[in-house]
Amino acid sequence: MSYLRLRNVEKHFGDVKVIKGVDLTIEKGEFVVFVGPSGCGKSTLLRMIAGLTDINVGSIELDGRDITRLPSSKRDLAMVFQSYALYPHMSVFDNMSFALRLANVNKAEIQEKVTRAAEILNLTQYLQRTPKDLSGGQRQRVAIGRAIVRAPKVFLFDEPLSNLDAALRGQTRIEIATLHRDLGATTIYVTHDQVEAMTLADRVVVLRDGLIEQVGSPLELYDRPANRFVAQFIGTPQMNVVDIAQLPALSGVLGAGQATDGFIGVRPEFVQVKAAGDGQMDARVELVESLGADTLIYARVGSKDRGAQIVARQNTRATVRPGDSVALQFAPETFHLFDRNGKSLARAAH
Amino acid sequence: MKLLLLLVRTLAAWSITLLIVFPLIWLALTAFKTELQAISVPPTLFFAPTMENFTEVNLRSDYPLYAKNSVITSVLSTLLGLAIAAPAAYSMTFFRTRRTRDILLWMLSTKMMPAVGALLPVYVMAQAAGMLDSIAALTLVFTLSNLPIMVWMLYSGFKEIPPDILEAARMDGASIWGEFRHVIRPLAMGPLASTGLLCLVLSWNEAFWSLNLSSAKAGTLAVLIASYASPEGLFWAKLSAASLMAIAPIVVVGWFSQKQLVQGLTFGAVK
Repeated sequence: MSYLRLRNVEKHFGDVKVIKGVDLTIEKGEFVVFVGPSGCGKSTLLRMIAGLTDINVGSIELDGRDITRLPSSKRDLAMVFQSYALYPHMSVFDNMSFALRLANVNKAEIQEKVTRAAEILNLTQYLQRTPKDLSGGQRQRVAIGRAIVRAPKVFLFDEPLSNLDAALRGQTRIEIATLHRDLGATTIYVTHDQVEAMTLADRVVVLRDGLIEQVGSPLELYDRPANRFVAQFIGTPQMNVVDIAQLPALSGVLGAGQATDGFIGVRPEFVQVKAAGDGQMDARVELVESLGADTLIYARVGSKDRGAQIVARQNTRATVRPGDSVALQFAPETFHLFDRNGKSLARAAH
Repeated sequence: MKLLLLLVRTLAAWSITLLIVFPLIWLALTAFKTELQAISVPPTLFFAPTMENFTEVNLRSDYPLYAKNSVITSVLSTLLGLAIAAPAAYSMTFFRTRRTRDILLWMLSTKMMPAVGALLPVYVMAQAAGMLDSIAALTLVFTLSNLPIMVWMLYSGFKEIPPDILEAARMDGASIWGEFRHVIRPLAMGPLASTGLLCLVLSWNEAFWSLNLSSAKAGTLAVLIASYASPEGLFWAKLSAASLMAIAPIVVVGWFSQKQLVQGLTFGAVK
């Protein structure tokens, strides 16, 4: 039985359809990530689930109850905002206990719940401070604490790590993952960062222009993208997607007569850079990026007007330099085929 | 050079202040003169102060009644005004539509019309409703006169509140009243207080409607002062005494809340 179910949900702002018909089911205890480029509607969808934005068409059910027309305050959901949205005039303790006070929970229970949440989040010594005396990371944790204390049916996170610096982002990401493991709460998490999506999610929902492109586990999306958009959105660096018309030789690697129109995609880690003449295709190195553990080699195949740039990734240090002639080696079973419209075709059998 | 500039600036500031305050000082002085001293040419600057004017005003007219009416109409119109303006400002700030700006400008535009333009219809309506010379009519008119300004001031004040916080309160289970009580009121206390104070001052000083819609029963202090401009002539000393008694309370209130008043009138002007 699905815990949260969206049926044909649409949102219009005047004439513009921002969410164009979304169907989604989420199971209890799942960590679902909404991911997509800016403007794809992921935050809007989250807000519609939260009740902060109304739904024009469709319905939302939570734990068997239709919550479509229910106000936010009655949906039993908790949200962590991108800007944290802490109450500036209240102490950390009051911020975290606000919802419980509104629900007329008795003082002793409030004390117990808030202290426990504060312990989990290392906020005990800050309970009497006000938000302005806290750092970004601490404010973030208060925002999370405010949500935890309520033990809601679903946790909603709206790009919670966007305002943190890189180091803190990584650390907090782990904290969120640990929290989910310990609490087992159903969570919907919105981000534009696919690394967060890949590491935190049980399932990822990829959105574009108000529509769901694909739903699946992170590795499913990585290994079997439904279309070109998902293929290139998930994975860093981006999957190499080459127009067959620009580089027929790539299609040749698959075998004669296999694919003649559309695109071929291959992930950088499946492209090997070898010495000139020792591979399937000649190329010239344009750029080398050494990331320490990984090295990215950008090589151009063909000429400037008929060819492609291919990125290769290896976990050894580069022995080549820009300008060098090399050869690229592919493994056809790692190719992804897309038709002209970008839809994924069954992979070439090999 | 700097000293000279400082001198010039100080002199200028004092001159302007004196210019503005002078009428009030003269009013206060005249209130303690005899009628003869009050109309003397050249004006008397040094004299023995007398309380006879205040006694006369108290004997001749019912100061406590007029003062009570002023207090009641000012306070009631302020409370009523806030009760209407706050939700209006809330709606316009946090649920903006394409028409919001037009509505705000339209509200302000009603203040541009001279009050006398509405005198006839309002008078006739008050008469038909049997509400001439009643506290209710005055309170209503004061509230409606001040509403545009109050809505504007509260709108500016509420805009400073991040809408996220209200959404967070909503998610935490607050109803609209809950949002107002727990979030808006504490965070917008300054604008709410200064808007209230401004309405209080405006209602207290309001003369046009008071003079036209009220007299013996519901008359405010404005009516009291005007009664000293009688066909018998202008009794300057008594007029000054009456005026002083009329403005004293609000000047005291204003003095103690000047910081709030200034804040209320100027916030949003400098970002």
